[in-house]
Amino acid sequence: MKIKVSWQQRCFDVFNVLFMLLLMVITLYPMIHVLMASFSDGEELLAHTGVLLWPKGFSLEGYTRALGNSAIVSGYKSTLFILVVGCLVNMALTIAGAYFLSRKDVMWKKPISMFIMFTMFFSGGLIPQYLTIKGIGLMDSLWAVIVVGAISTYNMIIMRTGFDSIPESLHESAVIDGAGHLTILARIMVPLAMPTIAVILLYYGVAHWNAWFNASIYLRSPNKYPLQLVLRGILLVNDTTAMTQGMGDSETWAAGETIKYAVIIIATVPILCIYPFLQKYFVKGVMIGAVKG
Amino acid sequence: MRNTTTIRQADTLSASSSFGARCARDFRKNYALYLLVLPVIVFYIVVHYVPMYGAIIAFKSYSPGKGILKSAWCGLEHFKSFFGSVYFGRTLTNTLRISLVSILFGFTSPIILALLINELRSKLYSRVVQTITYLPHFISLVVICGMLSDFLEPDGIITTVCTWFGMDRQNLLRVPGYFTTIYVASDVWQGVGWGSIIYLAALAGIDPTLYEAARMDGANRWKQIWAVDIPCILPTIITLLILRMGSVMSVGYEKIILLYNSLTMEKADVISSFVYRKGLLESNYGYSTAVGLFNSFVNMVLVVAANTISKKTNETSLW
Repeated sequence: MKIKVSWQQRCFDVFNVLFMLLLMVITLYPMIHVLMASFSDGEELLAHTGVLLWPKGFSLEGYTRALGNSAIVSGYKSTLFILVVGCLVNMALTIAGAYFLSRKDVMWKKPISMFIMFTMFFSGGLIPQYLTIKGIGLMDSLWAVIVVGAISTYNMIIMRTGFDSIPESLHESAVIDGAGHLTILARIMVPLAMPTIAVILLYYGVAHWNAWFNASIYLRSPNKYPLQLVLRGILLVNDTTAMTQGMGDSETWAAGETIKYAVIIIATVPILCIYPFLQKYFVKGVMIGAVKG
Repeated sequence: MRNTTTIRQADTLSASSSFGARCARDFRKNYALYLLVLPVIVFYIVVHYVPMYGAIIAFKSYSPGKGILKSAWCGLEHFKSFFGSVYFGRTLTNTLRISLVSILFGFTSPIILALLINELRSKLYSRVVQTITYLPHFISLVVICGMLSDFLEPDGIITTVCTWFGMDRQNLLRVPGYFTTIYVASDVWQGVGWGSIIYLAALAGIDPTLYEAARMDGANRWKQIWAVDIPCILPTIITLLILRMGSVMSVGYEKIILLYNSLTMEKADVISSFVYRKGLLESNYGYSTAVGLFNSFVNMVLVVAANTISKKTNETSLW
């Protein structure tokens, strides 16, 4: 059957396609601007105002200065440590907790799950948490950041939903075959829930990569700062002095500009590179979360 | 088959035996499970429950030398001084203003985007639009705020665009009146695509026969949106809106403290950023905890209320 398309509908289609195009431009332009500025020459960039679609005088000085800077390098190291160790801790605890919450015939399940859920509604607040971490002697240690972020209750609920979707009969037959909880978890639940595990691993990973606040309150020594905190110093406190040593005043000013853009690219590229390949997992996470959210 | 029956019988038996015996039986059967959950419980105690207990310093004149237990009680003094100060009205108004404007724009824009993406005829094009609009969600807050502070400088790109419409060249981040706009607009920029995912899923689940029926009745695309799409995703919208209203008092401090400065403080300072500043920058622990506790409490009431309403309206809730 051929459906006649009226002129209003054609109009709407054209408008819609164009509007989406505009939206994509608005979304992408800031990133393109930063990318182009990062390859620009500092002096020419300072003189330029307005739209930037191409580097103003090609220069890699921003990148060489940024990558040669010890703060960026140590920032990368701290972030990688927090990312790797933090994700291991996250996954171990989240899977253990979620498996517990997904079991049906456990006597203390209800009180323990209420004990956990209550923290989603009420918190002692920032200061008492800070004093607690300080009290157990984790100040100025990367472990403070890892411990505070060890479990996201929201992710644990997503994980539990993943376990819940595995047929109970598999669990029962494993019990009949004599398998204990640890064997069932390792041999049946984890392999079958791999898609959900991938989703929450990605969520935790991105959160660690982008986090800066806890690090800013628990870390004192600048050489332990993760990348985002170093970035905050450079972008928002305008502290590029360490990278512009041995330069004149106006030169410093100009180089500072390109360094800023270069560090944004350096810090964002890893995520933007993996994103297109993992998009479907991220999107899936929203769906699983929505079932319970 | 027989095995499961035996287990069932064992369960019924256990239900009639004493509490202690049931505990022992449960522990024998599930000890590995309790062992697994033990570190999780330790985490919640250390990171969540000890601070909840520590929140009693809101009622004490805390001194670091004496610690939480030995500091002297001071009753509601911190609360009184907060409610009596100029900061109470200011941070509360700012919190509510930023939050409500965020809901107004940040909540509606993903719905509109989802409806528009759903109307695109080319599947490929709609995939491209989705991929690109989801992207900003993954950019870190520090980078977003860094870009904002750069683009909003007097010669920044956003300021330049604004001058085309007759505005003055100035650092827009230093104008108190623009703070809410900047905060909300950047939030929308970052979150509109990601927020649309859930509505797109709801739209994809609509029964195609509804569209056919609407077409038979002579509805054009515009009318189909109003008569089919929106009613079908309304439950999702209402649930999410109620839950969003529950968090109206919790404006995230992270973005605020990255973006505000002494000039915009009067319009930008929200309760959580005030807690951060008083507590961690000025080490006024007791007072800051009191303000935080007030905020936590109001939050809890709102979230519980939102959930109860949500449960009543369409049987969805957080618990």
